Amino acid sequence: MNNSVAKEKIVSLRKKRSLEDMRFKYYGFTAMCLSLAVLVFLLYTIFSKGYTAFQKTIVLLEVDYNQEVLKLTPDSSDEEMEKGKFFRVKKQAIENFFPDLSKSDIKLVKKLFSINVDNEIKDYFLDNPEVINTKQQIWVTAHSDVDQLLKGNSRRDVPEDRRKLNDIQLSYVDQLVEENRVKQVFNNFFFTKADSRHPEIAGVAGSFMGSLFTLFTVFILSFPIAIGASVYLEEFAPKNRITELIEVNISNLAAVPSIVFGLLGLGVLLNVFGLPRSTPLVGGSVLALMTLPTIIIACRASLKAVPPSIKEGALAVGATKTQAVFHHVVPLALPGTLTGTIIGLAQALGETAPLIMIGMIAFIPNIPTGLTEPSAALPVQIYLWVESAERGFQEKSAAAIMVILIFLFMMNAIAVFLRNRFERKW
Amino acid sequence: MFFWSLVLIAVGIFSSFIYGRSRIKLNSKKQGTKSKSLPNYYAQYVLMWCLFPALIVYFSWAIFQEQIIQNIVISNFEFIEGAVYNEGLLLAEIRNVANNPSFADGKSIEIINAASHYSSLKQISQISFYTSIIIMMLLGALYASQKLKPEFHVQHTIERYIQYILIFCSSVAIFTTLGIVFSLIFESLRFFAEVSISEFLFSTEWYPFIPIREGQTAAEGSFGAVPIFAGTFLVMVVAMCVAGPLGILTAIYLAEYASQRVRKTVKPLLEILAGIPTIVYGFFAFVSVAPFVKAFGQSIGIDASPTSALAAGMVMGVMIIPFISSLSDDVINSVPQSLREASLGIGANKAETIKKVILPAALPGIVGAFLLAISRAIGETMIVVVAAGTAPNLTGNPFENVTTVTVQIVVALIGDQEFDNPRTLSAFALGLVLFVITLFLNIIALQIVKRYRERYE
Repeated sequence: MNNSVAKEKIVSLRKKRSLEDMRFKYYGFTAMCLSLAVLVFLLYTIFSKGYTAFQKTIVLLEVDYNQEVLKLTPDSSDEEMEKGKFFRVKKQAIENFFPDLSKSDIKLVKKLFSINVDNEIKDYFLDNPEVINTKQQIWVTAHSDVDQLLKGNSRRDVPEDRRKLNDIQLSYVDQLVEENRVKQVFNNFFFTKADSRHPEIAGVAGSFMGSLFTLFTVFILSFPIAIGASVYLEEFAPKNRITELIEVNISNLAAVPSIVFGLLGLGVLLNVFGLPRSTPLVGGSVLALMTLPTIIIACRASLKAVPPSIKEGALAVGATKTQAVFHHVVPLALPGTLTGTIIGLAQALGETAPLIMIGMIAFIPNIPTGLTEPSAALPVQIYLWVESAERGFQEKSAAAIMVILIFLFMMNAIAVFLRNRFERKW
Repeated sequence: MFFWSLVLIAVGIFSSFIYGRSRIKLNSKKQGTKSKSLPNYYAQYVLMWCLFPALIVYFSWAIFQEQIIQNIVISNFEFIEGAVYNEGLLLAEIRNVANNPSFADGKSIEIINAASHYSSLKQISQISFYTSIIIMMLLGALYASQKLKPEFHVQHTIERYIQYILIFCSSVAIFTTLGIVFSLIFESLRFFAEVSISEFLFSTEWYPFIPIREGQTAAEGSFGAVPIFAGTFLVMVVAMCVAGPLGILTAIYLAEYASQRVRKTVKPLLEILAGIPTIVYGFFAFVSVAPFVKAFGQSIGIDASPTSALAAGMVMGVMIIPFISSLSDDVINSVPQSLREASLGIGANKAETIKKVILPAALPGIVGAFLLAISRAIGETMIVVVAAGTAPNLTGNPFENVTTVTVQIVVALIGDQEFDNPRTLSAFALGLVLFVITLFLNIIALQIVKRYRERYE
């Protein structure tokens, strides 16, 4: 009797315990799934907000390249053609865009077009000078507000005073859609232009080049220094206080917030050394100092992985220590150090705060061509676009994020490839 | 300019190498003896003596040229009496005119004069730069070639030089730390000369506005950083509330329950989370999480602002998850197997083993991981810049706008940087606080983890 009660108790206790075990396991499982779900949601958000930026809206415009309006003749020289009065042609084209437009309507119609239309009309003419005195139907870029409306990013049902386009403009856009005078095509501007105040002609080319120059500087500075430092610490350094100090220093530097490195760049590189502000040279130097600990740690690990027998073999046949290290150990560790460097570069690519500190946040509307020219960088460009009030910039920021993620993904793929291809198991 | 000088240096060292090689071969042939080291080492010796003087010239020019020229131009500038000049703007104007003559229209005669002075100085500097590089390279190579005798043990010398180079490389880390510490302390001292330390640390009013005109007292700023510290703390707490449980539970699941295949797929995926740039999280917080938080706040009757501590903290928590989970995973894995087996052996099930044996044993390491994560959260910038706001509210309500140390540093340094007013300098004081706190957290965490590792090794 007593026995069976005890048995029952044990059974129910065991049930309770195993239930608890299950529950605990599922807590862990849920936590893991939640973390991964956030990752998926994040990527989904970026994609769904950003994919529209790869398309732009263009409008069919009839342009009359009348020689009187242009103040050109069919045999004008190229230089004269450059100076043709294309804005007058554009004005005329817009006035005749819809039949019977009043003065106030023309103003409204004008706002449907991008500021870049002048250039497009001009470029078309310079490419085909024979069109003088003819009427041409050309596709020109629409204003960002039209673009956003047609992409469904801005809504029609909000009150008129809170909308970018008023009711008349909306009806114009609808008319264009009906007449098939508007369509969406691949947005080449996004990849060929630098930043702009106008979302429809803003692109990532400038900041992309800026990031490339910055990464180049980081690589040039940090790779040799990191290899030198790790070879010294791993192979030559005597075990004493100074060596220990350097090691503690490196591991602590790895945890210093990136923004503090920005302050270092501002306080020392810009104010003391007077290097040029907002340039990839300074940005790269700051990021190189920041990523140095990461790269040194990776380099040391790969040097450590080379078996001592190789060095000893070299020493045994009469090589000096320097020869043994530089002729045998370092070449074998090179793939590992390169992998570590690429991972460090990937970290540097995404870093924003230090670059803001040294002024790479300035508005740079042209594509940089050198290390000492003011330029933007991809992450800072994203920040500028996220902060921008203009609606058209939001899709741009998401698209720029896609660009940076693809870039990061490629760098990591190269690192993994290097590791798999060249890493040797001893 | 600097590109072509690099080409010049490259040509110089290449020819010095060739020269050194042929020279030592010639010398040893003349004396009829074999050289003590391989010819290449002699060539390297000449190369080094050619390269280092050139690099010294190169870097001193790169660093000092612009400043010296600017000082000369400013000191020779014909100031008009009574007019007030802003030195930075003036210099920018002079440079613009000098670099681009089309800017000269409508500028005053002093500026045009100064610009031509500036460009002539630039030209002189450029010519002397190239000549001094060439002279230094020649002198170095000449000195080195004097020593190219077959009986000279050049390999020892080269190896000593290499040692020096390596030591220099390793000391870059120390120079970096010194640079950080000195620049922070130096600028902070300038800040504390104008704002008392006690006001900075204990006062609760943060209005970093400065008088725009001289003698305008109404807008005197006040620099009490308590709301900033409180905001940082609040965001950090929210982040740890998200990342702590999720990170630890994920680590436990991966270390104790998951099959090898799950581990192999999930761990790299979590690393993706760690590798995403923080500005991307900022974007995510701004466009997805903040509106959600606002809507949620309204649905429970709290008036949430469009940017809030909760939104920034939650996203920051997601960013930190992989950090905590991978560190804790390591820690849990290094708990000896014997402890697990003993616990299972006396009849405990897996959950009980984890809760009562493994977690207590791994506790120090997990605490260390948490401290590192906290230091990471405090130093994180872009998420809070985008999603937490800039209003220095002293509040415990996570639905409100708060500001953090990093945000205020960014805010103080965006736009005009005048290093003579406390608003700009406050960034360095805040940076100093940030640096000290993260360093402190880091040292403690590393100590704890180290001691923990030693216990089980």
